[in-house]
Amino acid sequence: AVSSPWPVIILLNCSLHTFRFIGAGKPPMFGDYEAQRHWQEITYNLPVHEWYFNTTDNNLNYWGLDYPPLTAYHSLLCGHVASLINPDWVELHTSQGFESSAHKLFMRATVLIADLLMYVPAVVLYCFYLSEGSNRKKVCLVLCILLYPGLILIDYGHFQYNSISLGLALWGVLGLGLGWDMLGSLAFVLAVNYKQMELYHSLPFFCYLLGKCFKQGMAGRGLFLLVKIAVTVLVTFTLCWLPFLTDPGQVLQVLHRLFPVGRGLFEDKVANTWCSLNVLIKIKTILSTDTQLYLSLAATLLAALPSSIKLLTKPTLWQFKLALVNSSLAFFLFSFQVHEKSILLPALPVCLLLGDLPLPAVWFLQASTFSMLPLFLKDGLFVPYAVTSSAFVFYSVYLLSALEHSSEEELQLKSLSLLPFLSQSPGQFYLSVAAMAGLSFMSVALAPPARLPDLFPLLVSVFSFLHFLGLLLYFNVVQIAEPPSPRRKNPKKTE
Amino acid sequence: MAASTADSWSWFPALALGVSFLKCLMINSYHSTDFEVHRNWLAITHSLPVSKWYHESTSEWTLDYPPLFAWFEYGLSHVAQHFDKKMLVVQNLGYASPATVLFQRLSVIATDVVFIYAVRECCRSVREEKGSKDLLVRPYFILAALLLWNYGLLIVDHIHFQYNGFLCGILLLSVARHLQGRHLEGAFLFAVLLNLKHIYLYIAPAYGIFLLRSYCFTKDNTDGSVRWSSLSLVRLIALGSIVISVCALSFGPFIAMGQLPQVLSRLFPFKRGLCHAYWAPNIWALYNVVDKALSVLGLRLKLLANLPKASMTGGLVQEFQHSVLPSVSPSATLICTLVSILPAVLSIWRCPRGARGFLRCLVVCALCSFMFGWHVHEKAILMAILPLSVLAVESREDAGIFLMLATTGHYSLFPLLFTATEMPTKVLLILLFTLYSFTSLKKLFRGFLLNTLEVTYLLGLIAVEIICEVVYPLLPWKQTLPFVTLLAKSVYCSLGVSYSFIRLYLSILRPTDKPKEL
Repeated sequence: AVSSPWPVIILLNCSLHTFRFIGAGKPPMFGDYEAQRHWQEITYNLPVHEWYFNTTDNNLNYWGLDYPPLTAYHSLLCGHVASLINPDWVELHTSQGFESSAHKLFMRATVLIADLLMYVPAVVLYCFYLSEGSNRKKVCLVLCILLYPGLILIDYGHFQYNSISLGLALWGVLGLGLGWDMLGSLAFVLAVNYKQMELYHSLPFFCYLLGKCFKQGMAGRGLFLLVKIAVTVLVTFTLCWLPFLTDPGQVLQVLHRLFPVGRGLFEDKVANTWCSLNVLIKIKTILSTDTQLYLSLAATLLAALPSSIKLLTKPTLWQFKLALVNSSLAFFLFSFQVHEKSILLPALPVCLLLGDLPLPAVWFLQASTFSMLPLFLKDGLFVPYAVTSSAFVFYSVYLLSALEHSSEEELQLKSLSLLPFLSQSPGQFYLSVAAMAGLSFMSVALAPPARLPDLFPLLVSVFSFLHFLGLLLYFNVVQIAEPPSPRRKNPKKTE
Repeated sequence: MAASTADSWSWFPALALGVSFLKCLMINSYHSTDFEVHRNWLAITHSLPVSKWYHESTSEWTLDYPPLFAWFEYGLSHVAQHFDKKMLVVQNLGYASPATVLFQRLSVIATDVVFIYAVRECCRSVREEKGSKDLLVRPYFILAALLLWNYGLLIVDHIHFQYNGFLCGILLLSVARHLQGRHLEGAFLFAVLLNLKHIYLYIAPAYGIFLLRSYCFTKDNTDGSVRWSSLSLVRLIALGSIVISVCALSFGPFIAMGQLPQVLSRLFPFKRGLCHAYWAPNIWALYNVVDKALSVLGLRLKLLANLPKASMTGGLVQEFQHSVLPSVSPSATLICTLVSILPAVLSIWRCPRGARGFLRCLVVCALCSFMFGWHVHEKAILMAILPLSVLAVESREDAGIFLMLATTGHYSLFPLLFTATEMPTKVLLILLFTLYSFTSLKKLFRGFLLNTLEVTYLLGLIAVEIICEVVYPLLPWKQTLPFVTLLAKSVYCSLGVSYSFIRLYLSILRPTDKPKEL
């Protein structure tokens, strides 16, 4: 019998955070690091109604705030702490481009604290209360989820606070999974108010809760539940936006900053449909901006529709998790102005599937990290990328026996007489990982031919896109056809 | 887990790979002047002919390891030229391009393969009681974790920069061979080790007496004393020839060129001071402090006239004189070390306890050299901690001593990494290692291993760290007495190290009740 897992959890946590700290490399002096520092400066020094506006003190072209109010409040808090330690760090105007090793340590520490407070507890609670298996399996699951390279590299290397928004979303999933719908909705609304990209997850939350209300009967308890949730959502939104509600102009300006529809279908190379399509047909130039907008809207909704409808009719936790994956992946692949970092949004629910569908989950997570390779190369994070990806693939395959369980899914899917390409074998997985490794090394070791300077980023994004498309189809099939859940067969596997 | 039974060794690559990943993440962290030392040695061995190796002094970091290590660097330099040819130019002092850093770090990680193999061999030789089937509580698993993930090795090798993993790997492999009964291989490995780094001369007496007593004399009398008639000349000659041939291979070319005195003078530089810039937590640290305290006391009580302003806290590696107590010379430390080794070595002559007794004596010799040696570096504590880990997973008392020594010794390595960026790393890693060693050994031996006093002392380490890093910089004395923090840490640690030393020594002198096999 395994005794209490908590000492092991604590040890795991310490170790993983050590690795994140060590492996993060040097944060870039400009880019998102400077953006975060600048927001601390702005929110600390200026009054609320000036945060989102272009004023003499606040030049929106220099890393203007483009996240919702909760990010601003968080920056304010960090700004206060920063000014206590060293006021030079947030001095208005003069602190721009500030560099020092103490400041780097401080910024890294803020990410670490956010991670420890928001994301890690949610992961631990999820693995222990909402997943099945022995205690040892749960601990392994925690380790593998926390080892996911994409989040580590983006948060600690590129420098962002995704762990807060993803953590809040995970608390939302936890709440809904444990039956605490109001708390779950509260957490999710907070997540959306931290980063507007969380709206990718909004459709499944909406469909799940609505479906639950329908199931409980719209004449009685269902309606009551609906009203409770609606009130929770509205109150939370109001509280978050309180300082801005005094003036409709404020609200409009914030929305304008959050959703810049002036930009095009995509920027840079991103592993979604439009960018990949652009290789063959130059849609960016053929269609007008408005047409592009409508096209992407239609495609996104169409892609997310089947999974949402299925969830609406059958609101269970398993369906909910799959719908989160399908919906956010559909949004990623077809939406407007998608950045490669948005792959973290489908990656979170896929992490939750690590225990149930190990092989496709590991495959997806590895592909998602690989898709961000050009970004990592720009930030000088190749070594941490190589190390964490290798560690992730090795440990998740080793600890979760990912390759052994693939045969079970194969049998189930074959029994539903589905297309053969949906069956996954260890051989295909290894081939794919080998190709990713090869492309990674080529990107860093070889120079691209002069005629095609973007060859490697393009190859990376197209390769990842094909994986994402395939896995989108796979997860949709799993959700809609719903073979019996793999873990329901053996109640307690002693390990 | 994928390892279905605890008998399959699939967990071992997982542990080894995990720590190797961690080492890769440390590639770009702070490195000390030892990095430049090794780069310089790569350059010297690659660019200059053999006759000039021990005469070269363009850089202050002259070649002061024995010839086998120089040949090792020579081999490495052939790989280095594919990374960055400029690092092999002797005049490029302080050259540290990204390719150079990558190569040097990767070379340490790659040579750690020897260490990993040695750990595996040690784990195979570990005795265990038949009992729990749970993998995490098996002695060999705990030993593998404590050795592969040893905090001291990670910090010293992969941040500070040295090749201790490689060298300690050879040491542990030699120990493992002796535990397995393959004594000739063990002797050969130790001879190689001596020719790689001569600091291991300090533990040579343990090897010598053990091999002589337990290998060359094949039988004992019934009361356990030596049977002189059973001396096996064959074995003696075999041992002797192995050692001599290895040394000949290593020193031969230099003896042929008549450079032996020059080589020896480089290997044993006694111009350096009694203590390193940061005092290793040994007897001399306590001695210095007592001397200083007495001199201050003497001045206050007007017992002494003007004394020279002691410069031992000045941080420079110079010879200095003590004020009140007699000054210590290199020969004095040598005599002290030899005198301290003597009882331990005699005890395994009179009452040999097989390979484990030899291992215990080895640890004691290493600790003696640490406690009494001349110009000891605090990194040398690793020479004692690593072999002690093998004993720690087999006996309850040794586990207690190990916890004290390892925690104190690892903490004493803190000043090696003084940059702000490394601070979270070193703190988190030491917490991780200490927590793991305590919980795993406690689970293995089912009960508390340390008494209240020891636990209080170890908790005091945390207090010392907080006072030195947080409280002291806020005090006004930081400007006038900047080395007080280092002094405090060193003295506090030397208490713990001395305590462990005494306990370990007593364990070797205590007569055993039951005979242990070879």
